[in-house]
Amino acid sequence: MNAEVSTIKTAAETALANAFSHARTRLPGDGVIGAQRKAAFDVFAKEGLPHRRVEEWKYTDLRALMRDAKPLASPPDAAAKARAKTAGKLLGDVETRRLVFVDGAFVPELSDLAGQEAGLSVGSLADALAGGDPMVAAHLGKVAPAGDVAVALNTALMGDGAVIRVAVGATIERPLHLLFVAAEKPAATFTRSLVVVGAGARVMLIESHEGPPGSDYQVNAAVELSVGERAHVDHVKIIAEGASALHVSTLAAVVGAKARFNAFTFTMGGAVVRNQMFLNFDGEETLAGIRGATLIKGHQHADTTLVANHIARGCQSREVFKSVLDGEAHGVFQGRIIVRHGAQKTDAKMMTQALLLSDRAEADNKPELEIFADDVQCGHGATAGALDDELKFYLMARGIPAAEAEALLIQAFLGEAIEGIEHAGLREALMDQVAAWLKARAS
Amino acid sequence: MALLEIKNLHVEIDGREILKGLDLAVNAGEVHAIMGPNGSGKSTLAYLLAGKQGYEPTAGEVLFNGKNIFDMSPDERAAAGLFLAFQYPLEIPGVATMTFLRTALNAQRKKRGEGELSTPEFIKKVREVAGKLNIDQDMLRRAVNVGFSGGEKKRNEILQMALLEPRLAVLDETDSGLDIDALKIVAEGVNRLRSPQRAFVVITHYQRLLDYIVPDVVHVLSRGRIVKTGGKDLALELEARGYHEYQEEVPA
Repeated sequence: MNAEVSTIKTAAETALANAFSHARTRLPGDGVIGAQRKAAFDVFAKEGLPHRRVEEWKYTDLRALMRDAKPLASPPDAAAKARAKTAGKLLGDVETRRLVFVDGAFVPELSDLAGQEAGLSVGSLADALAGGDPMVAAHLGKVAPAGDVAVALNTALMGDGAVIRVAVGATIERPLHLLFVAAEKPAATFTRSLVVVGAGARVMLIESHEGPPGSDYQVNAAVELSVGERAHVDHVKIIAEGASALHVSTLAAVVGAKARFNAFTFTMGGAVVRNQMFLNFDGEETLAGIRGATLIKGHQHADTTLVANHIARGCQSREVFKSVLDGEAHGVFQGRIIVRHGAQKTDAKMMTQALLLSDRAEADNKPELEIFADDVQCGHGATAGALDDELKFYLMARGIPAAEAEALLIQAFLGEAIEGIEHAGLREALMDQVAAWLKARAS
Repeated sequence: MALLEIKNLHVEIDGREILKGLDLAVNAGEVHAIMGPNGSGKSTLAYLLAGKQGYEPTAGEVLFNGKNIFDMSPDERAAAGLFLAFQYPLEIPGVATMTFLRTALNAQRKKRGEGELSTPEFIKKVREVAGKLNIDQDMLRRAVNVGFSGGEKKRNEILQMALLEPRLAVLDETDSGLDIDALKIVAEGVNRLRSPQRAFVVITHYQRLLDYIVPDVVHVLSRGRIVKTGGKDLALELEARGYHEYQEEVPA
């Protein structure tokens, strides 16, 4: 007997469908963008929220984890903007040009828009969509995978975000900081940022996400990045969401020939975090360093899913992801390196390591290689384990108390990933965050 | 009162008795050598004194400066002035040697109620000691023992000892794997620290080290007990005749 299987819509799925039908006419963009939104929404309508039987979402069952969908955030009021003034402390004293988004909406009066370096142009996606910016039409949805449901929802519901252009050959000294702050009231935000870096240009992008601890807000943030030939781009994402937040973010990048590209994700906040990266090495002889450090505890769940797609020949990529899991935290790493037929002489090595500080913490590591070329060097490794008792004893035998010895070893463990960040001030700021986390753990 | 007093110490590891009623008293100012064949319990004694997990006594007591060490965690023992130079010093990736030394020294000072050393004071002190041990600045910047040769690791142990200035230092086969030049550097490092307030227990298999660190007392450890105690000449005697007669000895 054949039974017709129909997807039962969860409360969250129904709410998202309602949100789209109510908002679609007032979301920014012309008819072409509207059609793009509709096509993306149809992907979601067909697939529903991803669940554990979808391989890419095996360990992060969004259908189960997302009990409801929050209403789309309203434009931030004065109080929300005032609170956002104190955001971004986690960068310490790193000098940046800030672009501040409160509840997903660009707030020019909190952003550093004056004195932009030659070759830099920054603006808001909502403005660009409303004004019919041809750059947006040319780049939107070109890098991010349309079939990914998180990306599809983002495309359907994107309200605002940053639009950044770096001209050919320009060197932007001051890192750009996309600072996303959630306001007190639980809401859903869908931000989409486009970054186009011209050939030979140099820029560093920092993307941080934070919000109040008591609010179960929902964030879906996507960045589409196009790195020109010989450009040098660093992207650092800091996920420091409030303790009850649901955070899904995507970095999709296409990297041109002979470029240098470094991406780093630092994850410490949020109840449920899904950090996904889709990286396409489209030009020859790129050097890429893709790294991440995750520090979670309690019932936190953090999933890093990475696809490094080597399309052109002679690119080198190094992937290093480290996580420290305490309490009943659940860390997930899914990393896939794909080497396409034409990508001869690819040199790709991926390592993922989880340090379990408690018997109840869980780490799932799933590294994969898919190789279609025959002259390549690829490898991957994965480890998961507790702190080394022998090392701890050695430190204690020198007079270092147990908690401090553990902290030193944990800092060293994460430090091996963090040291891949080229910006010294940012490295220090993140190590300070690690130290603060460890201090809170010991007390 | 002796600085270190071990009475009737019995230790089992994984259900097997390794130390079977060991007695030893070491006074401040003295250097004691403990010699013995492989498997006699030398390293067990060293780990037990330092407080390694799994090395607990089934009987007997160990008093350090009059205090029962079994009431103290490894870091408390270290802060009280007990130091173990490891036979196999561990590599700690990601922890710079300077950070390690500074954390250790300041943790001990803090526990003893002394103030932490300022950065310039600390650096001056490390450089002074490191120079005498032929340890260059580059080694200090590297991660602890990572990529160090066997000799460098042992010199690093002596550097830690010299910085931490313990009351009692236990050297567990510090001579193993050292060439003669490295052995001399290590021995000089130890001899510089000899003082009326400080004692050493030098655990070794060979007499060679004792040519350079001349002991006041030599003990033979066999089958978990001190079976003979003498002056420095006992080491020469052992070198000439081997441990054979002590191993053959039938336990009472």
